[in-house]
Amino acid sequence: MVALASTLRASDLERSSGFLAFPFGEVPRGAFTEIAGPASSGRTTMLCSLLAAASAGQEYCALIDAQSTFDPESAARAGVRLSRVLWVRCGGNVEHALKAADWLAQGGGFGMVALDLAGTPVEISHRIPLTAWFRLRQAVINTKTVLVSVSRRVHAPSCSALKIELGRPQVSWRGSGQGRLLESITVTAGHVRNHRRSESPVTIPW
Amino acid sequence: MYAALHAPGNLPVLLACASHFSPLIEELPPDTVVFDIRGLRLIFGPPEEIAAEIDRRVGVHAHVALASNPDAAVHAARGIRGVTVIAPNREAETLAPLPLFLLGGSPEFARTMDRWGLRTFGQFAGLPPLGVAARLGEEGTFLQRLAQGQGSRLLKVRGEALRFHEERELECSVILLEPLILLLSGMIEGLCARLRSHSLAANEIRVWLKQERAGEHSVELRLPVSMLDPRVLLRLLELELSRRPPQRAIEKIRVELIAVEPRTMQHGLFLPATPEPEKLEVTLARIRNMVGAGNVGSPELVDTHRPDSSRMNALGDGCQDAVSIAPRLALRRFRPPCLAQVWFTEGSRPERVFSSKGEWRVHASAGPWLTSGGWWESSWDWEEWDIQVPEGVYRIHQDLCGRRWFVDGNYD
Repeated sequence: MVALASTLRASDLERSSGFLAFPFGEVPRGAFTEIAGPASSGRTTMLCSLLAAASAGQEYCALIDAQSTFDPESAARAGVRLSRVLWVRCGGNVEHALKAADWLAQGGGFGMVALDLAGTPVEISHRIPLTAWFRLRQAVINTKTVLVSVSRRVHAPSCSALKIELGRPQVSWRGSGQGRLLESITVTAGHVRNHRRSESPVTIPW
Repeated sequence: MYAALHAPGNLPVLLACASHFSPLIEELPPDTVVFDIRGLRLIFGPPEEIAAEIDRRVGVHAHVALASNPDAAVHAARGIRGVTVIAPNREAETLAPLPLFLLGGSPEFARTMDRWGLRTFGQFAGLPPLGVAARLGEEGTFLQRLAQGQGSRLLKVRGEALRFHEERELECSVILLEPLILLLSGMIEGLCARLRSHSLAANEIRVWLKQERAGEHSVELRLPVSMLDPRVLLRLLELELSRRPPQRAIEKIRVELIAVEPRTMQHGLFLPATPEPEKLEVTLARIRNMVGAGNVGSPELVDTHRPDSSRMNALGDGCQDAVSIAPRLALRRFRPPCLAQVWFTEGSRPERVFSSKGEWRVHASAGPWLTSGGWWESSWDWEEWDIQVPEGVYRIHQDLCGRRWFVDGNYD
């Protein structure tokens, strides 16, 4: 477990409207959180845990899935109440994903708005102007909404209140031969504050 | 709460009086009407005041009765002279002295009551229900409930149901969407005003556009909640028409709003905020226009073992039991799965994978997991592997029918 809430700056803490607790720590409400990491680093697991925590509290969540890669079955296994999740599949169009996220964040009433750009190539997601991120953040300030983006790299460091960076995974297998099973992955989950990075390991079971 | 008026030979007068108080009136020829007075407390005050106002307005000598259900009100109006207000849960007591013939029923029922020596509602209501059911069947049970003043039913509202539609024939055909929306806005505002005057809202919009030298272009919008804001209805219509515009110039417009009871909602103080239904519907319509209708909704798992089986529902539809929250490794699916080539070791384990995602040397693998089914429709027969490659952990499968390999997604 990592105490991610401790990474918030004092000004962010004052501005945010509480926290959403999830199995890996806490994320601020009314602020922008970035989750970044390479493939198999547990980004999607972290996103599903956030969705599960928000939906368990009877909140509605919006998931804008830029590459249509969300797997409802995995999410249900993680405890997500799917009937509380609005899933928008954008079929690879990042512009559509940003627009949808903006409309939903501006509309208000969602406990969480998540923009999943994890499958989007970095060269495309890096082209998203900083103003787009600031506009999204502005829409949730002074609300109870958790705004989260999931991508390969941190795109808007000056805009996000919390940046969670996940490292390369270490994969654990159990058994051998035909009876071999994927057991878990262990990743380093770190936060970036004042250009200093501190890390702690997180183990995610299959 | 329901009010009943009974005056022999004065049915038209009774109907005229009832229509002053409610649009929901049931006619019981030859001499009784019953109508819905829920909500009149805000205008006239307590039920006694409502009864006095009805009695004052009726204009002829009539018996007035107010009760919590239509049948009790009708029986009281027919059997008790003057003005009667039956408090809730006092129906049986008030109706007890009424003669049993007011209850109606078949001639056989009347003969049985006569043979048993029962004369009043109270005597019949006091019989053991199981005995009544055994001897008189369904009719006896139903009538005994009426005698106890426990009837509950909806009114059979007289006349045609209220319809909210408007038609406009255009002098000059309209080609562009903007002038068409302008015309629609006037019609929808008028219909919404009519709905508001009847304390109703709309849950469906139907628009028929007669096209020049062509058939009709129709638009039907079913709303998840009843709405009454003309701006919201117009915006939804505009989005739908821009998504699926008419192909020819329009020469005639017909709009109909389907009326329903308005939505009433009390927010809990300690419940989390939810999106405003009207605003959410407009937002979802805009998103549907952009990404396609099938790509927006709430996912629901289908009861099958077939991988990647889910369907889209409306947000908030269906309920799920409480589930425990535990972080579990999630799969990130590639849609569609990437076609791949797989090379095996001598021990029949994947050694190398080549796909559009890259060329990988497999470090570790688990499998094969065999899955098949759906032989009665579109069958599948898969062999799945979990593989660890330098880029991460992936799931691959072989379609045993087509003998082709795919990369399903990666564990993330």
